[in-house]
Amino acid sequence: MYAVRMENITKRFGNVAANDGVHFAALPGEIHGLLGENGAGKSTLMRILFGLYRADSGSIYVNDQPARITGPRDAISLGIGMVHQHFMLAEHLTVAENIVAGCEPRRNGLLDYGRARRQICEVSDRYGLEVDPGARVEEISVGQQQRVEIIKALMRGAQTLILDEPTAVLTPPEVDELFAVMRALREPGTTIVFITHKLKETMEVSDRVTVLRDGKTIGTIDTSDATPDSLVEMMVGRSLPAHDDQRVPPREAVLLELRDVSVAGRKGSRARLDGVSLAVRSGEVLGIAGVDGNGQLELEEVATGLRRPSKGRIVLIGQDVTGFDTGRIREKGVACIPSDRLKRGMVDSLSLARNSVLGVHRSSDFSRRGVLLENALREHAQGIVDKYDVRAESIDQTMGSLSGGNQQKMLVGRELGRPHSVVIAAQPTRGLDVGATHYIREQILASRASGKAVLLISAELDEVLELSDRIAVIYEGRIVDVRPTSSFTERELGLLMTGQRNEV
Amino acid sequence: MSGFADVVFNVNNLTATIRMATPIALAAMGGAFSERSGVVNIGLEGMMLAGAFCGVLGSHLTGSPWLGVLLAVAGGGLVGAILAVFAIRLKADHVVTGVGINILASGATTWLMQVIWKRKGATDMVAGLGTWSVPGLRDIPVLGTILGVHSPLVYISLILIVLGWVLMFRTPLGLRMRMTGEHPEAADTVGINVHAVQYLCVILSGCLAGLGGAYLSLAQLNWFSKDMSAGRGYMALAACIFGGWNPLGGLGASFLFSFTDAIQMRMQTAQIPLPVEIIQMIPYLLTILILAGAVVRSRPPAALGKHYEAGQVR
Amino acid sequence: MGLRGNASRFAYSAIAVLLALLIGAVLIGASGYSVMEAYSNLLMGAFGGVYSLATTVVMSTPLLFTGLAVAFAFQCGLFNVGAEGQLYVGALTSAVIALSFSWLPPTLRVIVALAAGAGAGAALGFVPGYLKAKIGAHEVITTIMLNYVAISLTTFLVKNYFRDPGPVDQTVLLPSGSRLPELVPGTRVSLGVVIGILAVALLDHVMRRSVLGYEIQAVGRNPHAAEYGGVNVRARTVQAMMISGAVAGLAGSVEAMGTLYRFIPYFSPGYGFTGIAVAVIAGQSMWAVIPAAVLFGALQSGGQSMQLFAGIPMELMTMVQGLVILFVAAPTLGSMLLGLRRRLPGKGGGRA
Repeated sequence: MYAVRMENITKRFGNVAANDGVHFAALPGEIHGLLGENGAGKSTLMRILFGLYRADSGSIYVNDQPARITGPRDAISLGIGMVHQHFMLAEHLTVAENIVAGCEPRRNGLLDYGRARRQICEVSDRYGLEVDPGARVEEISVGQQQRVEIIKALMRGAQTLILDEPTAVLTPPEVDELFAVMRALREPGTTIVFITHKLKETMEVSDRVTVLRDGKTIGTIDTSDATPDSLVEMMVGRSLPAHDDQRVPPREAVLLELRDVSVAGRKGSRARLDGVSLAVRSGEVLGIAGVDGNGQLELEEVATGLRRPSKGRIVLIGQDVTGFDTGRIREKGVACIPSDRLKRGMVDSLSLARNSVLGVHRSSDFSRRGVLLENALREHAQGIVDKYDVRAESIDQTMGSLSGGNQQKMLVGRELGRPHSVVIAAQPTRGLDVGATHYIREQILASRASGKAVLLISAELDEVLELSDRIAVIYEGRIVDVRPTSSFTERELGLLMTGQRNEV
Repeated sequence: MSGFADVVFNVNNLTATIRMATPIALAAMGGAFSERSGVVNIGLEGMMLAGAFCGVLGSHLTGSPWLGVLLAVAGGGLVGAILAVFAIRLKADHVVTGVGINILASGATTWLMQVIWKRKGATDMVAGLGTWSVPGLRDIPVLGTILGVHSPLVYISLILIVLGWVLMFRTPLGLRMRMTGEHPEAADTVGINVHAVQYLCVILSGCLAGLGGAYLSLAQLNWFSKDMSAGRGYMALAACIFGGWNPLGGLGASFLFSFTDAIQMRMQTAQIPLPVEIIQMIPYLLTILILAGAVVRSRPPAALGKHYEAGQVR
Repeated sequence: MGLRGNASRFAYSAIAVLLALLIGAVLIGASGYSVMEAYSNLLMGAFGGVYSLATTVVMSTPLLFTGLAVAFAFQCGLFNVGAEGQLYVGALTSAVIALSFSWLPPTLRVIVALAAGAGAGAALGFVPGYLKAKIGAHEVITTIMLNYVAISLTTFLVKNYFRDPGPVDQTVLLPSGSRLPELVPGTRVSLGVVIGILAVALLDHVMRRSVLGYEIQAVGRNPHAAEYGGVNVRARTVQAMMISGAVAGLAGSVEAMGTLYRFIPYFSPGYGFTGIAVAVIAGQSMWAVIPAAVLFGALQSGGQSMQLFAGIPMELMTMVQGLVILFVAAPTLGSMLLGLRRRLPGKGGGRA
């Protein structure tokens, strides 16, 4: 008997088959890893199971009974729960409100907040999922938010729990806690589908693994029979060349410096950035390691001029640029890759041509006496498309019609393609497939090789380790350590990232 | 100078404040429901106007002002349903739709007035609601003057506003409404029917604005006149924002707006040496000032004005 | 792609107008009037003969400006519902300047008066623009409130300072040297319509070719990215609203100096609001404002003759305007209607 079984599932988005005849089956009471690269179709498959997408064809069985799932309501009533990669929580509402919405305990027609709290505590005690029901979601940590999501699913009677990339936002100790919860849930017979692209975690926690590649099932094996190498083989089906890593010895010239920079928090709460001092030298990558939400966004905003520091100075190539807006900072030769590509990086309803000059459109290359030089602008856009391998039909199509990877290439091309001496790259490969990720990391390394100073802010610890010459660890708005990359162990970084300095 | 003080510090101003705040507070509560569920409601003005018209129409046809009130609620709800279909089902821009609805309502009510009564500016008199004077309450000094004698709709509205607050913040349905406007995907993934909740809220908002309109035409006056809502729907939206998308907050904001309006009217009748036009500007200028100050502090529902379709979860 | 997009949008707008008129026909019929009589008068009043055509042009001219004003602000993501008020201050300012600067030579006097009207509109546009940029106050509500303020204020000023000594509250008649010259003698078609078309051409150029227009579009479509691209979002917001206000102010100037030859309180039958309908139909294109303005001008002039000769209240045209806004605002309505047609048997033979 299978807890859930999906047969021959096909789902197309336009011309792309995200799932192409996929088979998947999970046993009751097992932790089942669903492994694959970004874009392999893992999330799509599980969204179909949870009723968020309708499959074009194929069938689903729950406890060996054919199931018709037309929406999350059906899935929930069949005992399926899902914790999404981007949490489905209303930030302004409380933990309790988020958990009980849709299945509220009532008394005399009113919402029984007392009973809601008791029910939540019951579940959280049983599985060690500690939360504060009265807190607003925006006030609690990402790890706690994840627990809220798990409780939410369990309170709805989930027998099968889907976790979509649950470790992406967690620190190493939090990952251990999550795994403990998963094992505790397995005991009474809950099935857990664990979506991931991280081999190590699959090997550690899962009982069986299904591997997807390019929308197809490659196979399902017992984890005990698998080796990391065999899984890589199944996942990638090819090997990527190693980065052409031409490290040049960092020169002494400091190109970007933050001196004792602070950003005040909201009234009554602690500072978002607290006395941060950093210096990035020519020819080096300084990586910022930290758990999301510890001041990385504020650091990015301060460094790129989107936000004025409440204290401290920012010095660019010997010049004090504190309080300069983004436009002026970019004019000084800073290339910026924003963490939120869609929000900050581009205007998705304008053409590639128009987007290719955003931020440099006032330079004499692209405008004269207030009038845009259309030809120069088009040539420039075409140049980026050619040089950075952007897959686009025409420079007149809108930015929004490109895939995420191509948008990011366009953006990186725009920023690195103009004269600059400093690069501020925030989450440069977030959400991209393997190929685009590889390409963009190469571009960053090429920038370093040509003597630029690179500040890399990334939530992917692997990325920080791979690209950085030195690593600064950020925790609660403070830089808790800065050292050459080779002098850190991963365990040390994990402890530092979670503020357990004394244990290092 | 003492004349001026008499005008401002007069108990009758408070009586008038309650009178004039009622329709605005009702529509503001409507705005709160609509916007809490994620639908921007600029169309309150049109819904109010439709309510005012339908109220008079109902009273005219049946002779009963209370049936007029019912028709007003239905008429406002119908206009709400139009906004809902366009903003939710057809994914039209909420603000543009609202403005379209207001123009439509202005044209439709004036057209029907001419078709039914053959008059251009205002309808004939119809049976109005009259006033209630509450035994006991009316005999208390000062408070009795302020609260004791009003249209029945004033008392009904105050009760409705308290009930509206309970619905929004103390019931399962209210939580679902707030969840929908804050995070429709989250609502959807816990099995809440996002569009059904939005339809309900927008239609409810039309009913409440329609009731506010009925107050204008059946309680303050006993006839309908062209564009008689005169911007109160927009003021109601401002009151809704100023009141933090909360029925009670909206009531407070409406009191503030209406207090200045009451003073403005008293100034006109008291022959204060200020031109009528200047005095008439005061409530509008005040709305701008309050709105300018209010936006800094209040925070709209996170998904306000966005369209949602199941399966667009990212 | 752009051309095809424009063409299909134009076709859809035409369908929306027809649909609105169809609903209007139902209402006319249901109210006991003759649909034929109504719509033949509508058509004749709009396009039947020189006089009708001239009336249509006269009615379209202010809409050309108000529609352009709203459409321009749209590009910056701003919804200027305040064109009505901006039109009033523009009209009064122009009338007063045209009357009091009689020492200036006529051509210069007209130019100065027009510029002053535009300036007054821009000044009124500044307020909601500034409140939006600085504090985030929703421009829809602030512009609406300012409409009431502007209408009261202009009425007050006329009554107390610029009143014609006759029985009516209005300014004195402009002398001929202070008026916009007639384009077609014997009609009220003035140079105003030419100024309107020039304004469309100018703003189209600004929007598509200039750095300012590029930045305004970026702000309108994604203010965060614009800010990241070094665009001063607040300044562009205020500027867009001021330009929009100036154009709406010109609508009033042209009315006062080319059609009414004076300022009259409450003279506008809602040109500012009809301008919204014009802009919604015109969509992203400045040039499309011209046919859209003519359409609503025609509804207006035809509506008048419908009221005059068939006794059918003009407010029907207000309803049609509201319906057109609704239909054009609903992007999925068109595809739904097309889809419906495709599903009907015998038409086009089903899906390809």
